[in-house]
Amino acid sequence: MDGGPLSDLARATSVAGSNPVLELVGISKAFGGVEALRNVDFALAAGEIHGLVGENGAGKSTLMKIIAGVHGDYAGTMRLGGTATRFRSARDARDAGIGMVHQELSVVADLSVAENVFLGEQPINRFGAVDWRRMRRNAADHLRGLGIEVDPCAPMGSLPLGLQQLVELSRVLFSGARMIILDEPTSALSPPEVERLFAVLQRLRKAGKSIIFISHFLDDVLRISDLVTVLRNGRKVTTVAAGDVDKRWIIDRMIGTGHDQLEESYIGDIRLDSRPNAPVVLDAQGLTAGRAYRNVSLQIRAGEILGIYGFMGCGQLELARTLFGKFAADRGALRIDNRPVRFRNTSAARRAGIAFVPESRRSMLFAHEPIYKNMSISILGRLSPLLLKPALERRLARDRVNGLHIRPPSVERPLGTLSGGNQQKVGLAKWLTFPPKVLVLSEPTRGMDVGAKSDVVRIVRGLRDQGIGILVVSTEPETVLALADRILVMKKGEIAHEFASETVSKDRLLAVA
Amino acid sequence: MTTEETSATAAARAAVTRNWLRNQLRNIAPFLTLLFLVLFFALASPSFVTFDNLANILTQISVSAIMAVGLTFVILCAEIDLSVASVANATGIIVAFFTLQEASVNIANIPLPGALAIVFALLSCLLLGAVTAFGVTWIGIPSFIMTLAMLEIGAGISAMLVRGQIAYAVPPLITTLGSGSLGAVPWIVIVATAALGLGHLMLTYTRFGRYVYMVGGNREAAEYSGVNVRAIIAAVMVISALCSGIAGMLGVAHFGSAQQDEFDNYLLDSISAVVVGGTSLFGGQGGIPNTIVGLFVLGVLNNGLDHINIDSFLKILIRGLILLAALIINVYAQRLRAEKPLA
Repeated sequence: MDGGPLSDLARATSVAGSNPVLELVGISKAFGGVEALRNVDFALAAGEIHGLVGENGAGKSTLMKIIAGVHGDYAGTMRLGGTATRFRSARDARDAGIGMVHQELSVVADLSVAENVFLGEQPINRFGAVDWRRMRRNAADHLRGLGIEVDPCAPMGSLPLGLQQLVELSRVLFSGARMIILDEPTSALSPPEVERLFAVLQRLRKAGKSIIFISHFLDDVLRISDLVTVLRNGRKVTTVAAGDVDKRWIIDRMIGTGHDQLEESYIGDIRLDSRPNAPVVLDAQGLTAGRAYRNVSLQIRAGEILGIYGFMGCGQLELARTLFGKFAADRGALRIDNRPVRFRNTSAARRAGIAFVPESRRSMLFAHEPIYKNMSISILGRLSPLLLKPALERRLARDRVNGLHIRPPSVERPLGTLSGGNQQKVGLAKWLTFPPKVLVLSEPTRGMDVGAKSDVVRIVRGLRDQGIGILVVSTEPETVLALADRILVMKKGEIAHEFASETVSKDRLLAVA
Repeated sequence: MTTEETSATAAARAAVTRNWLRNQLRNIAPFLTLLFLVLFFALASPSFVTFDNLANILTQISVSAIMAVGLTFVILCAEIDLSVASVANATGIIVAFFTLQEASVNIANIPLPGALAIVFALLSCLLLGAVTAFGVTWIGIPSFIMTLAMLEIGAGISAMLVRGQIAYAVPPLITTLGSGSLGAVPWIVIVATAALGLGHLMLTYTRFGRYVYMVGGNREAAEYSGVNVRAIIAAVMVISALCSGIAGMLGVAHFGSAQQDEFDNYLLDSISAVVVGGTSLFGGQGGIPNTIVGLFVLGVLNNGLDHINIDSFLKILIRGLILLAALIINVYAQRLRAEKPLA
């Protein structure tokens, strides 16, 4: 432990579980040469809700994957009810009573609620056919037992996300889980949905189930958990009773010191430096696209970063795609530099001066192609109409690689051999040789460690200062707060609030979302 | 330098070599197959390694070579075109349909000047390609199914035009290119070489070629980079139809007749050539050089089996097995590359 104060130790020992159902001792795990976990201890007692927090890349998901049997090759010991165990597969873990509810739910939208609860283990009658009546009855009983009111015959896809999550949770329980890992369970939920989830979790705690609650939403973690374990850079910093500490204390343990800007965005007030007089480069009026979003009007100004924040599934990702010609709007008008435009495809949007960096690396990068081809793909037409100019492509790529400190500094390496943060930089770099009028960034810091995040913040601010109009769309309030000069909050497909030239905090942002 | 460092650099070098080998598997395996086949037939039959036989092989693979050029574009985009042979057949029949036939041929055709007949035939295959492109990119029908429909449509056009009869005459230019020679070199070999060369230049040195590789490598990323993916896929489907059309016209002249079901073997041959050559079925990797090796593998195999006097029914089975082996290598090479490269 890196020099935590004595009080940490005192707190940690005072809450050590008496009789853990699951105990991990001295867990270490490395991928290639990269150490993901180092000598981590973790214990879970029956009837306990245990919060697990840490920055992205701190090792939370690696630890959970070890518990869930995904990674079998690690150093250290796992004890289950006192017996040393090593899971070889996810199936082993499931058979041992460990269940997981992922952030991206694995429900089948076209099947009914009852079918989802019984997925893979439908009750059968004596003729070997599915016993539908029994299935519906049992599902209804089971859900009611958890305090979930839902029609078992309703198709899963018709339910709001919060209910789908509860149905998935009940499926995991129904298949015999005694220990349940919840990965970011509240990120996509509205406040009332969070309340409902917490009520269900309380009930499970009373019934003696153990829950690991992984989240970035520290308020939620502190409210529901009995104990909280903080990870940083693959090591366990501390385990404390949730009632003994506050958010500030946890944040200090999570990110250490020296990242003031990011820390600021976690807590406290941010002064928005809006530029209401800057020229509008992109003007959207009344954009509407089916169920995704309705009646959205917004202006992106030169030299200003507009942030759009909203919960998962509130339409902001689709809106960003519409601006790049990838997702068609049914109604509404789009103007660039005061000229009306209509994008039939992404190529038209690119030619109109719009650049887009999608949220997933997989959808922005050609892993087997060298770095320079990844960078030149968006500008080939401007380099030459017909024939390729590989020497020029390489030279321009080299400039970008040096300018953004991409490591290793080679333009010939296949992109897949770079680290995630460097890949993300390449995804951004390809738009910078000929600066666009508008740069749309979707979840620009998702899954990045603190260092890479500050890099992105610096790069994006640099681009803004060159006069590019920037739109940042995210489901993480920290990202929007760290970057934006003006913030729109989307709620269920509509713009609910605008923050401009004022101070704003994460609390105020969440309050209107 | 200490011993430890030396062994470390040696290990690193070995890792680099292994990496290179696994990345090149799709290029090396077809080449080794070709070498092995040539060696085998050379030892098994004295008549195999002769200049005349080399010329034979070249002529035999020319028609599928022209089709394989278009197919290479399509498969690089991670699409497929099952209509190549059918479009070739239809185009060959169309060019004969617009040519004056001998009195003995009982087809109600429309004789036109030779140049016009060729233009009509080319327009027809472009139209068929455009319909395929429309179905795949605009309607969103998977190319596998869309081109299956086009296979049937092409067969239907062929059947309607000749109605079970056989036409013989094609315009003089087509006759020359299909069955004439420039000195000792058959024109059809020259055309095939030109098509392969042009295809290679397009894929390697033009912007369009780069887009083809990128669309095949990661379609979503290409779209998010502002590449008009639909246009690229539409273009490769049309290119494929055009290559098939040219192959069909020259094929008709080469065979000396235009009739139904004439090109049936060529679908498998041209697809096999591309895949055996090592172009990835998942798109984005491979190219015309691979296709050339693949063409020779199939050409040598077909030709060599004739030389060693083998049961002609067994020949079909052997071709099937070779294709299966190529598919296994193709998918295996893809999986090797998909894994993380060694650090």
